Order: sequence, then structure tokens, then C-alpha cells
Amino acid sequence: MTRLSWSRVAPILLILPSVLAIAVFVYGFIGWTVYVSMSNWNTFVPDLSFAGLKNYIFLFQDYRFQSDLRNTLFFSVLFIGLCLFFGLAMAVLVDQRLKGSAFFRNVFLFPMSLSFVVTGVVWQWILNPSTGINLLLKALGVDNPPLWFVSTRIVPAWQVGKITFGLPVAILAVVLAAVWQMSGYAMATYLAGLQGIPEEVKEAARVDGASSWQVFRLITLPLLRPMTVSIVIMLIHVSLKTFDLVYAMTGPGAAYVTDVPGVYMFETTFRGNFFANGAAIAVVMLVLSAIVTVPYLLSRGRRDLFDVDVT
Amino acid sequence: MLTLPDVIRPGARVDKSKVTPSRSRLTTALLYVAMILLSAFFLMPVYVMVVTSLKLPSEVTLEQMWQLPRHLSFASYQTALQKLGPHLANTIYLVVPATIISSFVGSLNGYILAKWRFRGADMLFTFLLFGMFVPYQSILIPLINFLQAIGLYNTIPGLILVHVIYGIPITTLMFRNFYAAIPESVIEAARIDGAGIMGIYTRIALPLSLPGFVVVGIWQFTSIWNEFLFAVSITHSTQQPVMVALQNLSGSQIVQWNVQMAAALLAALPTLLVYIFLGRFYVRGLMSGALKG
Repeated sequence: MTRLSWSRVAPILLILPSVLAIAVFVYGFIGWTVYVSMSNWNTFVPDLSFAGLKNYIFLFQDYRFQSDLRNTLFFSVLFIGLCLFFGLAMAVLVDQRLKGSAFFRNVFLFPMSLSFVVTGVVWQWILNPSTGINLLLKALGVDNPPLWFVSTRIVPAWQVGKITFGLPVAILAVVLAAVWQMSGYAMATYLAGLQGIPEEVKEAARVDGASSWQVFRLITLPLLRPMTVSIVIMLIHVSLKTFDLVYAMTGPGAAYVTDVPGVYMFETTFRGNFFANGAAIAVVMLVLSAIVTVPYLLSRGRRDLFDVDVT
Repeated sequence: MLTLPDVIRPGARVDKSKVTPSRSRLTTALLYVAMILLSAFFLMPVYVMVVTSLKLPSEVTLEQMWQLPRHLSFASYQTALQKLGPHLANTIYLVVPATIISSFVGSLNGYILAKWRFRGADMLFTFLLFGMFVPYQSILIPLINFLQAIGLYNTIPGLILVHVIYGIPITTLMFRNFYAAIPESVIEAARIDGAGIMGIYTRIALPLSLPGFVVVGIWQFTSIWNEFLFAVSITHSTQQPVMVALQNLSGSQIVQWNVQMAAALLAALPTLLVYIFLGRFYVRGLMSGALKG
């Protein structure tokens, strides 16, 4: 082989093992999961006979799965909304560059380096209705402090399908712990955005008589939109695959008020041997996640967000 | 009324001393109050963990949760270490090789995708990246069947393999961005001197890669240490990594809170220390678009 053609083939050969690994372990395995989800393998012994959409039909009529979709909806909206709000607020605070800002930034971000299991264990203790936060609330004169993850209330209680639709109050406890852990991520992303805005732009606006609030609302916020998009997509991905936090903190909860698809998938597959049902849950999770992440990955403009220098 | 085109005039000359808003003392004080209140919220679980773990079992009552221990006791750490010890060892056997191997795999891939672009390289990169955004539940059942078939189910080497493979997208992404910063001329000069693809990698790219390895290594160390779904599905009993053991401990109602908090702190300590001492490298990993865990 000539040197020239070798230098063309070599890169492909060197990257081939990784490409094949991803082809098999990601794409191939997804295909296999889809196949399992359309089989009758709901027994300990594998049974891969074709079942069509039977498992999906079962799921969407299932009380537990309907509850999971409701919980995921409320969890995602609250979790992402609060992360964006607190993330932006913390980024703006830290960006004022007061003395000690770096310390505060590190404090706001440190929970990111912990495991969701650790977060779950600790917040389970803090939000235990007989102690923790409620002790403080009682000291402040709150007579009926919330029951947190023990609550079974759903507001407003509309009957939809088999389930009661509304916000399961218990999920607020999980939201609180998740925001504690992940809002630092939103802060770090916004902070990178804020620091990329040239000072002259803001100065010019001030010369023209804009108030601080106008500068923030008319210049800073619009320029942060790409950061918001990227945070929302990342956090939707996180909330759709949530498993460890709920599993460690609350479990499925009474009447599944804190259950999520990730927990249902794990329990029904590995504790109940309903492999086909578990696979179907996994496929629904994948599809929901792909709806959000695929367009993001394919659009070239968004790709720039990945090109952050790591040197 | 203020409109955008009016406002954005990047070339405008600005007299800094006049327009930089001088913050009043009140504003500064309010900013500090906000930051301190937020810090209290973020540090409160740490306080609870430390205080509870240092108490004697008799002091760990619901009413005294916020109080400092009257007698310092490390007994809960002893108990926690007894229960978690072997699992901490499992996690170390898992994390060290998995981090090293997956960093090298990512380095080679990133080097090729950044410096040896061939037709379709971008498409291939996107193909690899998708692996990062897949909820792992959707590959879990086949993965377990596969590990059972090759005899690596319920073993630490099995988990190492899993983390190396599913670490490919993120490590490749980070190293691709890293190597993109090496000037093309350096590679070109070596090529003219007759160095091949591997020669340039080992003699030029790798020696420059230390900062990249620090960022990727810290990222993988933290992610793999904290990972739970693979660990709980692929291992049981004596093979379980520390996070699964911690979850088991908290799941059993008989274990006292002081032991649980000591266990949580022990399990969290390695990644916490890495964050405290090497935080800026961790943040760089975080900002390269990574989000697993």
C-alpha cells in the first residue's frame, strides 16, 4: 500500500473500534430493546414471540404508567423552571464580581459533583415530615407544615383516564432536592454566557440612558437565549431519565405519587421479570428524549455550544 | 422609549468613569444578603450530614436534628465504614481502570476527529454523540443479556467495560475540542518530516495532552463514581459499588440516621474533595456540553 492511501485509511481504521462499539452497544441494543418491547417476554424465561403493540397498549392504560407520565410532566416543568430562575439569579449575582464571588460560585455549584443517591439520602432526612425543615417551619409559627414526600394529595384533582390528574404534592420534595443539585449547572452555563457579552455593548446602552433593568431585559436576556435553550434541553434529558434520585429518596410513593418511568422500568424488569413491559417503558423514555435532543444535535448552530474550549 | 438598534453600538466611545453605575452601599449589602441566603440553602444539607453523623445514637432524635452534638462521636463512621468498606474498594477497582481506559480511548478518537478529518468525519462524530443522549434504560436489557453471555455479569470488569463503551461519546467530544486547539502547522510539520498518524499522536499530541487528560479524567472519575443505574442493574451483593451499598443502607429502616449520614458523607467524600481541589477542571468538563448522571 502506498503511503498516501495508508494515511487515508489509517484514521478510519483507528476510529473503527469505537464506531463499532457504539453501533452495537447503542444503536444495536436500542433495536433489540424495541424488539423485546414487542414480544411476549413478560416471564422469567425469555419468550421472544411477537406480540405487536400489546405491551404499549397495556402501558398507556396502566394506572402506574399514567401516573408516571403525570409526575414526569409536573416534575420537569417545576424542576426546569426553578433551575432556570435560580441559575440565572445566581449567575447575575456572581457576575457582579464582588469580593468573595468565586467562593459563592463554588458553593452554588458543588452539589453537581455529588451522586443523586447521596442527595436522595440526605434530603430524605431533611424533608422527613416529623423533623428537618418542618422543625424550622414550626419554629416560625407554621402550624400545619407540609407532609413533603409522604403527602398523597393531588391538586387540582381532575379525573383523567384511570388517574387523578394534577400536581402531586409529594413530587415537590423531589423537585426541591433536584433543584438543589442541578441549579448550579444552569448558573455555570449562564455565567459563561454573561461573560461572553462585551462590556461595550452594555456601556453604550447606559450612555443612551438605559437603566440597569433595561440593559438586563433588552440586551443581556436576549443574548442569553442560546444558553437557555441548551440548559432546557439538557435538563429535559435529565428529568426524563430520572431514576436514582427518586429511587434513593422516596421510591414510587403511595399510589405512585412520586413514581417516574425510570423507577417503573427498573422495578418491573428486574424485580418483576416483565421484560417486555420494561422494554416498552424504556422505548417511550427514549422517544420522548429523542424528540428533544435529536433536532438539537442535528442543527449545526447548536453544535457550536459543544465547541467550548477545554484547554 | 429604548429600542435595540439604538442601544447596540459596539463602536461607541464610552467614558467609563461616567457611566459605570456606582453601586450604592445598600445595593452591595443586598447582593451579599442574597448570596449568603442562597449559600445557606446549598450548605444546609452538608451541615445536617456532618452534625448528624457526629452524634451518639441517643442524640439523634427528631427534635434535635439541627442541634450540634453534645459529645463528639465517630462511632457512626466506624459502623458506616464496616458496611461500606468492601463496596468502597469495589468502586475504586471500577473507577481507576475505567477512567484511565476511557480517557485514552477518547484521546485517540478526539485526535483523529480533530486532526485527521476524512470524508464523513463530522457525520461519524454526530453518530457517536447520540450515544450521550440515550436514556440508558433503553439499552439495559440487551446489555445485561450480553454481559451474561460473555460471563461478565455481576463483575467489576463487566462494569468497567460498560463505562468505557458508554464513555466514548463524552470523552471523544472533550478531546476533539481539546485537540482542535493544537495548531495545524505543528501537525503538518511533523507530517513533512515523515511522521505517521500514530507517530504524531505519541510524539506530539500525547505529550501536549496533560490538561485534556486532567479535565476528561476528572469528569469520568466523578461520573463513574456517582453512577447508579448500571451499578444496581449489573451487580449484586458483594460486587456492588459504593452507591448501591449506600442506597441499600438507607433502604433498610433499621439503620440509624447517624450511620446513614456518615455513610453518605463517606461515599461522597472522594468526588467532593476532587471538586474542592480541582473544581475548575471539573467545571471545564461540565461546560463542554456534558451531562450524564
